[in-house]
Amino acid sequence: MLKFVKHHMETIMGIEIFPIISFIIFFTFFIVVLGYLVVQRTSYFDKMSLMPLDDNQASTNKL
Amino acid sequence: MEKETFRYDNSIVRKFAFATMAFGIIGMLVGLTAALQMVDPWFNFLTPYLTFGRIRPLHTNAVIFAFVGNGIFMGVYYSLQRLLKTRMWSDALSNINFWGWQLIILSAVVTLPLGITTGKEYAELEWWIDICIALIWVVFGLNMFMTILKRRERHLYVAIWFYIATFVTVAMLHIVNSFELPVSFFKSYSWYAGVQDALVQWWYGHNAVAFFLTTPYLGLMYYFIPKASNRPVYSYRLSIVHFWALIFIYIWAGPHHLLYTALPDWAQNLGVVFSFMLIAPSWGGMLNGLLTLRGAWDRVRESAVLKFMVVAVTCYGMSTFEGPMMSLKNVNAISHFTDWTIAHVHIGGLGWNGFMTFGILYYLIPKLWNTKMYSDKLSDFHFWIGTLGIILYALPMYWAGFTQSLMWKEFTAEGFLAYPNFLETVTQLKPMYAARAFGGGIYIIGVIAMLYNLIMTMKQGTFQPEEEASAAPLTNDYTAHKGEGWHRAIERRPIQMLVFSLVAVAIGGAIEIIPTMLIDSNIPTIASVKPYTPLELEGRDIYIREGCYNCHSQMIRPFRSETERYGEYSKAGEFVYDHPFQWGSKRTGPDLHRIGAKYSDSWHYNHMWDPASMSPGTIMPSYPWLFDSELSTDLTAGKIRAMQTLGVPYEEGYDQLAVEDLNAQAQQIADNLKKDGIEVLPQTEIVALIAYLQRLGTDIKVKDAQAAMVNQ
Repeated sequence: MLKFVKHHMETIMGIEIFPIISFIIFFTFFIVVLGYLVVQRTSYFDKMSLMPLDDNQASTNKL
Repeated sequence: MEKETFRYDNSIVRKFAFATMAFGIIGMLVGLTAALQMVDPWFNFLTPYLTFGRIRPLHTNAVIFAFVGNGIFMGVYYSLQRLLKTRMWSDALSNINFWGWQLIILSAVVTLPLGITTGKEYAELEWWIDICIALIWVVFGLNMFMTILKRRERHLYVAIWFYIATFVTVAMLHIVNSFELPVSFFKSYSWYAGVQDALVQWWYGHNAVAFFLTTPYLGLMYYFIPKASNRPVYSYRLSIVHFWALIFIYIWAGPHHLLYTALPDWAQNLGVVFSFMLIAPSWGGMLNGLLTLRGAWDRVRESAVLKFMVVAVTCYGMSTFEGPMMSLKNVNAISHFTDWTIAHVHIGGLGWNGFMTFGILYYLIPKLWNTKMYSDKLSDFHFWIGTLGIILYALPMYWAGFTQSLMWKEFTAEGFLAYPNFLETVTQLKPMYAARAFGGGIYIIGVIAMLYNLIMTMKQGTFQPEEEASAAPLTNDYTAHKGEGWHRAIERRPIQMLVFSLVAVAIGGAIEIIPTMLIDSNIPTIASVKPYTPLELEGRDIYIREGCYNCHSQMIRPFRSETERYGEYSKAGEFVYDHPFQWGSKRTGPDLHRIGAKYSDSWHYNHMWDPASMSPGTIMPSYPWLFDSELSTDLTAGKIRAMQTLGVPYEEGYDQLAVEDLNAQAQQIADNLKKDGIEVLPQTEIVALIAYLQRLGTDIKVKDAQAAMVNQ
């Protein structure tokens, strides 16, 4: 099985870079979002989540 | 700040609601007809326009783009106005969006049964319809964005992020996948060939599921579940992770439709890894939806709206767990090409999209008509019979899927295939297909009950074309909060939201597709693979017209069970002249990649005339119209030129000789058939189809034969 993979990879120079790039991009991005969200205040999120509930009153203009 | 009074436009929501209901029932009835044909092909009523190969695309297009599509617009036009505290920017654009979309659907309803198709699953519509889709989609996007720009709510609610991502990604997918070269008004060829076409197609196909059936509906979930239960979403924080992780990961997952095929391994593995990771954001979203009801589950017992939504979200959870599992190579080896996939998509289709749409309809219609539901009992009846319908649909298909796979792969102790005749595996499934049609049938009964209930509700109420509301306008003196993060900032900047979404989805698409396009060595060429002859090309177009790919694959995977049954496994280099590729996605019938030269011309002739005469008990329909329609060669020269433009190496000026060659080859086949006592005019369509079938997969056999000669 591994031989099959290796064989395929050999035909494309530098192919291993693609999965690595993909992983790094995604992982960094994911950690940044998570880290950012952890430090955000909960009260802010609570106010945001009220948005759909009142059709008649804008709730985030001053936020 | 002085409040402004304005009016929400309900008329456009009503229009889309009517269209959703109408196309829901039509699309499902077409599906039922297709399901019955799998029990007995008699249900095509012996007309070409209703054969399985033509109405299966009609069913998929109708339920995806007509039913769910109109459902998306219905929900978006309702929620967008209210979340932004403003009327839609332009009533004219809203109406162009509506009528344009219905016109596109109408074109699909006319062209698909006529066999006018590009032959790419879920993207069957011809080039000019594709252009219309792009234009109408832009109208929708423009209207949405202008509405966002004149909003009275500073921050964009999470539902709107999903709408924005939907808009931008569907546009990208549709445009990239629909690159095709028109030959005439009704015929075009995919710009891409073989492996590249397959990759682009499934990058599109998978993400049509992601960004047409999922992200817009998640947006609707984030709006309508809080609305219907009158509680804020469980975790807004989670919804942010959900949104970004979901759109970022989804775009990579397409290659899981092509595992063990001739697609390069690195692309397959990339698809597997990202598909597996998809569980996390999908379940994050599902839990966020379900947990919104925490402490309010008693309301679920009372409210049909919530019942439908709870089952919808649960089905979403089930199919998004199942999907990543099916993307694992070892599981995919079992599930791919079988009815397991059909079960899987219907959990999503009937459960997630269907039930969510029904929930929204039950919520909206009484609101818009300012009344109560006509009959809660009937809504309850719909809920239970619908749920039962989903179960009775899915279980037989799971059973069928496993049965198929096990029978295909079983070997005797002596090492031979236990069921060498593919037909045995088909006849075994007939009871399951009947049960599936029954399950689908009772699901439709539920939908009919809903239609009746909703119509009676409308009758007892009065429609409110507009709804008055008031809110203060946005002011320019807004200053950002100190230390606010980047995300909070883009929540009030729609254009940045759009750009970031586009970047998130473009990265995956680019890394996946560009290398396959640019690096030649991704597709090793095979010297003996030659372009199709003009007659074979015409035959191939008939194969595409009749939608043979809806039941037959052309992709032999490198498993012993498949190479024993069908022959040498398929190589990437064999498909370099296939515009479009015809690998297919399910095997109701056997794989056809190596069908060439396996049977005689007369076998194919008799088989197409009456499949049961060659394969007793088969569920393949007969194709009598191929025997009396004359093969039109008006376009042949144009087709050759189109192929030359696409890079197929026909000699310069060959278009002028093509018809001559075509006639000569047709005569040869007619002579062949005559030897077996069959009189046929060489200019009939069946001759071209036989030419194509006899060519399939034979190119590498030519090489073997030559090698054998050299060795002698």
